[in-house]
Amino acid sequence: MKQIILFFFLVSLAISAAAQGYKVGDKASDFKLLNVDGTMVSMADFNEAKGFIVMFTCNHCPYSVAYEDRKIELHNKFVDLGYPVIAINPNDTVVQPQDSFSKMQERAKAKGFPYPYLIDAEQTVFKEYGATRTPHVFLLNKENNDLVVRYIGAIDNNHEDASKATEKYVESAIEALMNGKKIETEFTKAIGCTIKVKKS
Amino acid sequence: MKYFNTIIIFIFLQTTPFLLISQSFRDVPTIDFKTFEPWLKKQNDTTYVINFWATWCAPCVKELPDFEKINKKYESQKFKMLLVSLDFLRDKEKRLIPFLEKNQLRAEVTLLHAPNANVWIDIVDKSWSGAIPATLIYKNNRKVFHEGGYTFDELDQIISKLITN
Repeated sequence: MKQIILFFFLVSLAISAAAQGYKVGDKASDFKLLNVDGTMVSMADFNEAKGFIVMFTCNHCPYSVAYEDRKIELHNKFVDLGYPVIAINPNDTVVQPQDSFSKMQERAKAKGFPYPYLIDAEQTVFKEYGATRTPHVFLLNKENNDLVVRYIGAIDNNHEDASKATEKYVESAIEALMNGKKIETEFTKAIGCTIKVKKS
Repeated sequence: MKYFNTIIIFIFLQTTPFLLISQSFRDVPTIDFKTFEPWLKKQNDTTYVINFWATWCAPCVKELPDFEKINKKYESQKFKMLLVSLDFLRDKEKRLIPFLEKNQLRAEVTLLHAPNANVWIDIVDKSWSGAIPATLIYKNNRKVFHEGGYTFDELDQIISKLITN
């Protein structure tokens, strides 16, 4: 019996050790990552921005694909208001070849992504942020000279059908920030594809 | 009348093989979260393995043969496996069912159609972020939840400990 208790303790320990990354209210770090247009992109490049919709996403995941048009709409709606989308592919391209840099370029071109689509080639950024799946949104807000995490989670509450989404979490959060109001839902969970980690 | 009976028998004989074939097709019920929820907390001496997966999830598909082996190994014991597909509802007929037939999966499969995942992920397990594969293994109040894949040996170790105690 003792052995079993120890066993379950170790299993739960292993699970909690895996959970890290940002929480709402934490300061987020900037990054410098390769964009599909060949340039290096940092958040520091966007002087005018009031914040960022940082979105861990990729080519292959059907959940990411299902949200593709909504990501574009989100960017188009909020870029002029100071909150552009920055998409980051966190997947190892050997484990998931559909998410290779050239395939990212193809997809960005085919869909006409109006936002940067970066590759987290070293897989350091998604780990620091604590992204676990695609798509996974981190809404950052510039406060003094910091980028503060204000919302973590899904874009809305219906991945299958945008017209049936009754809560648009990211939109509501940005609108609350712009109006100086409290964000009602600052953390959500959603089904998504696991991030494909490089095999050692 | 004689002819009529003959025709009836003839039709019956012709259609029987089709009836048998259609019965072998997979019955995959589509359920909402309320219907599914009792699977998470059954209080009896059975060890339950509830695996969340989808046909489009490569690491899920990769581990399914091991789940199938585990199901075969333990099916004569107090053991029940449920494979909970999170495929899109529109893909049920064109992807999910053909996939199950092609791979000859015998474990019970159900399609959980519950798009508003934020309200139910925590009910499955607080530690779950929502990424799949994810697996819940439990017997009464002892449970192990894991987000990510399992090997056959890892599954076997957890299940054998639960079943024998």
